[in-house]
Amino acid sequence: MELSGHRIIDAPREEVWAALLNPDVLKECVPGCQEMAGNPEDGFDATVVQKVGPVKATFKGKVHLNDMNAPESLTLEGEGKGGAAGFAKGGAKCVLTEEDGKTRLDYDVEAKVGGKLAQLGSRIIDGFAKKMADQFFEDFKAQVEGPGTESEPEMAGGEGGEPAKKKGWFGRGSAE
Amino acid sequence: MPKDGGIGASSKRREDIRFLSGTGQYTDDINLHGQAYAYFLRSDVAHGKINGIDTSAAEGMPGVLRVFTAKDFDGVGGIPCGWQITSIDGQPMQEPKHPILAEGKVRHVGDPIAVVVAESLAQARDAAEAIMPDIEDLPAVMDMKAAVQEGAPKVHDDLTSNLCYDWGFVEDNREAVDQAIKDAAHVTTLELVNNRMVANPMEPRVAVGDYAAHSGESTLYTTSQNPHVIRLLMGAFVLGIPEHKLRVVAPDVGGGFGTKIFHYAEEAFCTFAAKQLRRPVKWTSSRSEAFMSDAHGRDHVTKIELALDADNNFTALRTETYANMGAYLSTFAPSVPTWLHGTLMAGNYKTPLIYVNVKAVFTNTVPVDAYRGAGRPEATFQLERVVDKAARELGVDPIALRRQNFITEFPYATPVAVEYDTGDYHATMDKVLEVSDHAGFEARAAESKKNGKLRGYGIAHYIEACGIAPSNLVGQLGARAGLYESATVRVNATGGIVVMTGSHSHGQGHETTFAQVISEMIGIDADQVEIVHGDTARTPMGMGTYGSRSIAVGGSAMVRAAEKIINKAKKIAAHLMEASEGDIELKDGAFTVAGTDKSVAWGDVTLAAYVPHNYPLEDIEPGLEETAFYDPANFTYPSGGYACEVEVDEETGRVEVMGFTAADDFGNVINPMIVEGQVHGGLAQGIGQALWENCAYDEDGQLISASYMDYAMPRSTDLPMFKVDHSCVTPCTHNPLGVKGCGEAGAIGSPPAVINAVIDALHRGGYDVPHINMPASPDRVWAAMQGAKANMGAAQPAARSTDTAEGRSV
Repeated sequence: MELSGHRIIDAPREEVWAALLNPDVLKECVPGCQEMAGNPEDGFDATVVQKVGPVKATFKGKVHLNDMNAPESLTLEGEGKGGAAGFAKGGAKCVLTEEDGKTRLDYDVEAKVGGKLAQLGSRIIDGFAKKMADQFFEDFKAQVEGPGTESEPEMAGGEGGEPAKKKGWFGRGSAE
Repeated sequence: MPKDGGIGASSKRREDIRFLSGTGQYTDDINLHGQAYAYFLRSDVAHGKINGIDTSAAEGMPGVLRVFTAKDFDGVGGIPCGWQITSIDGQPMQEPKHPILAEGKVRHVGDPIAVVVAESLAQARDAAEAIMPDIEDLPAVMDMKAAVQEGAPKVHDDLTSNLCYDWGFVEDNREAVDQAIKDAAHVTTLELVNNRMVANPMEPRVAVGDYAAHSGESTLYTTSQNPHVIRLLMGAFVLGIPEHKLRVVAPDVGGGFGTKIFHYAEEAFCTFAAKQLRRPVKWTSSRSEAFMSDAHGRDHVTKIELALDADNNFTALRTETYANMGAYLSTFAPSVPTWLHGTLMAGNYKTPLIYVNVKAVFTNTVPVDAYRGAGRPEATFQLERVVDKAARELGVDPIALRRQNFITEFPYATPVAVEYDTGDYHATMDKVLEVSDHAGFEARAAESKKNGKLRGYGIAHYIEACGIAPSNLVGQLGARAGLYESATVRVNATGGIVVMTGSHSHGQGHETTFAQVISEMIGIDADQVEIVHGDTARTPMGMGTYGSRSIAVGGSAMVRAAEKIINKAKKIAAHLMEASEGDIELKDGAFTVAGTDKSVAWGDVTLAAYVPHNYPLEDIEPGLEETAFYDPANFTYPSGGYACEVEVDEETGRVEVMGFTAADDFGNVINPMIVEGQVHGGLAQGIGQALWENCAYDEDGQLISASYMDYAMPRSTDLPMFKVDHSCVTPCTHNPLGVKGCGEAGAIGSPPAVINAVIDALHRGGYDVPHINMPASPDRVWAAMQGAKANMGAAQPAARSTDTAEGRSV
């Protein structure tokens, strides 16, 4: 499945860029992340515990940062193996633009699952991936902005919230 | 008045007592002393290169006896294929190696990579999680038409392409068929998908391997429909164990539907590992594993063209089919889309010219092989759909169009190489119309309309070929086996009888019906007859049960053996009564001399055979045990008319089956109750395929319908009370019982009847929908009503990444 959206982050672009490369920030933002270590050049080793429908598993895997064009764009790519649960992999292409002193983060996320996750969870995987992505970017925004700047989730662009849900329900074909 | 015993009686199934009271002995009930447990690590990806498999961590885990990977099978053969097809160009089919564990590449989700054998199943499973395979993803080959294009990624790198074979039948007819289609007054064309099925027997597959060091004998207990075939294939081709050192036992088996015919890697593994480890090794499939390791069924994409003259006589038929083989060739996979499909394309009709082209394609999916009906449902579905479509295009009654083209004279040699011995298609058509109250349909449709529903009536008439088969014929067609059947009839001294049959019962009720036949022949109570099957150590070499062949072929072998018994017993009786052998009659369990009141009981004769004090020892041997092998002269050709009545909810597209009638001609019937049950089961599976069941992959080759949350099995509440009739009888002319076989008919005749009914309902509601592919789920029906085209895009009907909901059963 593929989905896209954006967040407006109240921070300078360089700061947002640095946060994207910071394993400690990523650890706080990846839902269910237990461990995240490494560096942007070699990638990060991650351990994530997640439950997808009936399948709960510990995913161990790597996160790589590719296509890095500081401080404008990069692609986060990760693959986690969950043992008997199968695997999940995905990528997020992130583009940062300066906007009224803030930073606009546009993202295109692609997620795939295999093995038992696909066999048992494919019916719910689209919704799950969307939830994961929303939570990641929401937490990322909060992490970068720091405490006390909580704001309502951005709904711009028709992605996220009710309109997107409707679209997902009726016309998954158009999600591509 | 119905009989209460013998042929024609609805005797209750004696085996049900143990099945229903929990005392059946299934393979999983077999636990041997010192048994270890195997757990298969299976591929999560559809296609990938194996760069390495690190088993070191797993080997050190608690309870682990050994971890096996492909390198442990040096000198062990691959899983063989039992049927070779020759392409149009005269070349044999491409036949890839099918290793026990994946070698070099994984080729479908579920392809076994490694096996852990441990003291307990939990330990084996835990250790399997610690195995680290290094697999590099390769693009998955999913769409059959794309797979045979130049430059497509290959499932097997050592083959020239993904095309297994390109088969033309009958090649000599091709030009005449092309010409007839050019010259036709009308040609009806239909493109359709026969959806991929998962057989889902109630009992998953199980294998227990055992090795007796003292005798050097291996034993495999397995969930098989044909233990002798497994012994031959596994012993001779895979493990190199001579048959006299190998015993295969298939005890109670909880349903097969075809998917337990084939020889599977897990069987060979358990037998192999038991010898290696000197421990019995057991594997029990989980339901999830069954979805990705049991051979699937169907999965054809077909274009069919029917040519008619100005008087609506069928003049020619041409088909082009892409048949999915999956990643490897399962045991009988190549025969299903060819000889079990092409030879049936005449159906009930006297179409003079037929040409069938089948391209079998390798894809990164679970292997596909025979599933209840195997080839005949695919043939019947396309034929009965195209005839219905032709009737609609020509504005004629679909029943009248069928009747006009029915074969009426028998024997009838079709243009597709088979000869129907008997049949009366008008009789079964009359019967199905009568029993389904066709005359009252318009009134019911009006009633439905009042309730806001569209009611439709669909008819289908089928022919199938059962009782496979004359060995010399199938040998010419590429079978690497004979297809006779065997039986040994052992009469004990006190008169009881043990029949050791090469047929195998896994739900068919042979223990009841076979005993009824013997009871009828000899005139003793069926309780005096024991039916033994499923053990190569106890039964003569037999080919097993599939293709509705048991009573027609296995039953005939038993009759032949029993006839030998009766002939010998008559000699003994003649001696005892000092009469001429020619005057001896056997009736109601007693031998009499014609025209006298002399009589000797069955038990006296059998006792004399084993205590031959007063016995014609100079003429005949003592004892009373005979074996017969029966090789049929022809297939048998059951046929029938099926009618389905549906209601379609215009608002949601939901289809409800309101009535279903089956009028079959099975020839003579041994046990009407069991036949009715067989038809019920077949109908449920056929209607299931038509409306709910669908095996779906995504474009990456992930199996996304691998549990009962996503694979919709028919439930009793989904189905109406069936009306089943088998009073139309044209006995088979070439077997001693005059029987034809009934096991698959329900699954063959029902899918087109259902879809024809759905299309009829939609047309009655003003929706000009030419075709809907199976399963006709609410979203598909609704989309068709809104003008959508039938989903023809992909060879894998559900492999449409952009729309994961569509193509899925609901």
